Amino acid sequence: MIQEFKKVWKQYTIGMLWLLGLLWPLLGIHPDGTMTFQTTFTVWTYILAGSFVCLVIYVTKVSGALKFFADPISRGLGNIKTTSTALPTWVWLAAGLIVALIYPQFAGRYGTDVAISVLLYICLGLGLNVVVGLAGMLDLGYIAFYGVGAYTYAILNTTYGLGFWVCLPMAAFFACVAGCIVGYPTLRMRGDYLAIVTLGFGEIIRIILNNWMELTNGPNGILGVKSIGIFLPVFENGFTFEHFWMKKLQLFYYFALGLAIVAAICVHRLNFSRVGRAWESIREDETAAELMGVNTFIYKLLAYAMGAIFAGLAGAFFAARMRFVSPESFTFLESAMVLCMVVLGGMGSIPGIILGVAALIALPEVFRQFESYRMLIFGATMVIMMLFRPAGLIPAKRVGTRSEEKEG
Amino acid sequence: MSMQPILELKNVHSGYGSIKALKGISLKVMPGEVVAIIGANGAGKSTTLMTICGIVKTEKGEVLYQGKVINKVSPEKLPTLGLCQVPEGRRIFPRLTVTENLRLGAFYRDDTDQIMKDIQHSYEMFPILGERKNQQGGTLSGGEQQMLAIARALMTKPKLLLLDEPSLGLAPIIVQQIFDIIAQINKEEGVTILLVEQNANLALQAASRGYVVETGEITLEDEAQSLLSNPKIREAYLGE
Repeated sequence: MIQEFKKVWKQYTIGMLWLLGLLWPLLGIHPDGTMTFQTTFTVWTYILAGSFVCLVIYVTKVSGALKFFADPISRGLGNIKTTSTALPTWVWLAAGLIVALIYPQFAGRYGTDVAISVLLYICLGLGLNVVVGLAGMLDLGYIAFYGVGAYTYAILNTTYGLGFWVCLPMAAFFACVAGCIVGYPTLRMRGDYLAIVTLGFGEIIRIILNNWMELTNGPNGILGVKSIGIFLPVFENGFTFEHFWMKKLQLFYYFALGLAIVAAICVHRLNFSRVGRAWESIREDETAAELMGVNTFIYKLLAYAMGAIFAGLAGAFFAARMRFVSPESFTFLESAMVLCMVVLGGMGSIPGIILGVAALIALPEVFRQFESYRMLIFGATMVIMMLFRPAGLIPAKRVGTRSEEKEG
Repeated sequence: MSMQPILELKNVHSGYGSIKALKGISLKVMPGEVVAIIGANGAGKSTTLMTICGIVKTEKGEVLYQGKVINKVSPEKLPTLGLCQVPEGRRIFPRLTVTENLRLGAFYRDDTDQIMKDIQHSYEMFPILGERKNQQGGTLSGGEQQMLAIARALMTKPKLLLLDEPSLGLAPIIVQQIFDIIAQINKEEGVTILLVEQNANLALQAASRGYVVETGEITLEDEAQSLLSNPKIREAYLGE
């Protein structure tokens, strides 16, 4: 039995020594030239002890020593799984919706604020999912359309005084136009080349925002963007509608929730339509799709435009909530972040993306107390997740889910 | 012959950038025929099919389908005209299910009821596909994938089917099965077939006429039987 795990322990030893070699330059070498070993060793011992315990549990579990303990647990988990699949999907959806609706009543200001970010990124993630997950085009400049949406509202509002509700469809429209303009020349490329070109176009849009002083006020950004105006019924002196500016965070939360739900429904409907089928065929094999009569260029452009529309909507909302826009919010890092959420959650899977977004927004918040190690832990979590769940947290279900199979 | 050929290539040149793959290919396919194009690796067989389908652009010459020039017709329009290709290496959609693959074959059609019937018909023709209809295409074996690729192409209701190397990478017994299916499609469904093969023996046995391609040019054209007995062909392509 010891022999079986000899390899595991050997690899563990090598791995820990490698980690020591990696940690020391990070923690032991100081800018003033002194070199210490104490901190490195302390941190290393913590990691060593922690992973040792995990490994011992793993080894005893594999060797079967924990059977008396693990069996009831796995049986319990199996029971939970069967009951969860026994319940119809709408029960889960309704439960999720109710939790989402009452959430701001229990969460504080901070909690609601984080939740709004999550919902906004869900909208972005679902939009990018259309491009990356369904049509299979790696888009590294996606956040540019978010920027176009945000700037559309900010400029139209501050210059022409147009209200949010007028600007929301316009933001979507302009983002869509931007998507088509960028998409038209780039979509002739495939794979890696497309990724690089979209990266370039994303940067071009950001740099335009940064340098077009007359229109965008350059790096200073645009201040004084109005919040969302809503009409609420008032019952004093009879029945009238009165105009309010949305100031309460909870209202923003509900609006973001609505936006995310609309995005989720749209993406779901698109996925299971003829258009979705065309996108998936392009993702699987572009030449074969073309030979089967799919107009690949039009459908790729459509995917790009649809993705941009969701980003534009989210962008307009972002501008209304922050009441300030500047080019810094639309850097490449943001694009990469949204892409991470989509890939981590599971490309093409809506619940996966929601979970991926929640994980990537919530994790840095949870690890705030670790201060400078925060990003280190964040990175390690990503690596571990990709090792154990390469298809994402909730991979897209691919077998027997299509409507036409139920018909036939 | 007064009959109009379903497909005719007139002195077609094409290639990839500066590399010229086809240097004047001319051939004719009559309705109802099975025609084989044989040749060695890199002779330009697959490029001929890709040029007919417009994936590789024609540089010179004309491709006529049912008497109309289709050089400038974009590739995705061709299935609507009844011209479909089963590409080399099958190229099924690996992560889509068998049914979804078939649905994509019928992409341009909007007669849902008839599509459903045609899918059922495919399952009757290829029972193994019916058994695996909810399985992902990539999980099928090579022979099953080839059947799926043929079934998918048949979903477009083709008049002319282009088959590129249907025997590629398959076990001999499966290859025989595939060629039986090809003969069946030709006889029972009345589909004209243009076949590209490295396996010259099999292709010429299945075909009525054959063309031999060498470095982008047609070097020989004859009835399949006479090509089979031609000593030069026997030496060059049949390994004797």
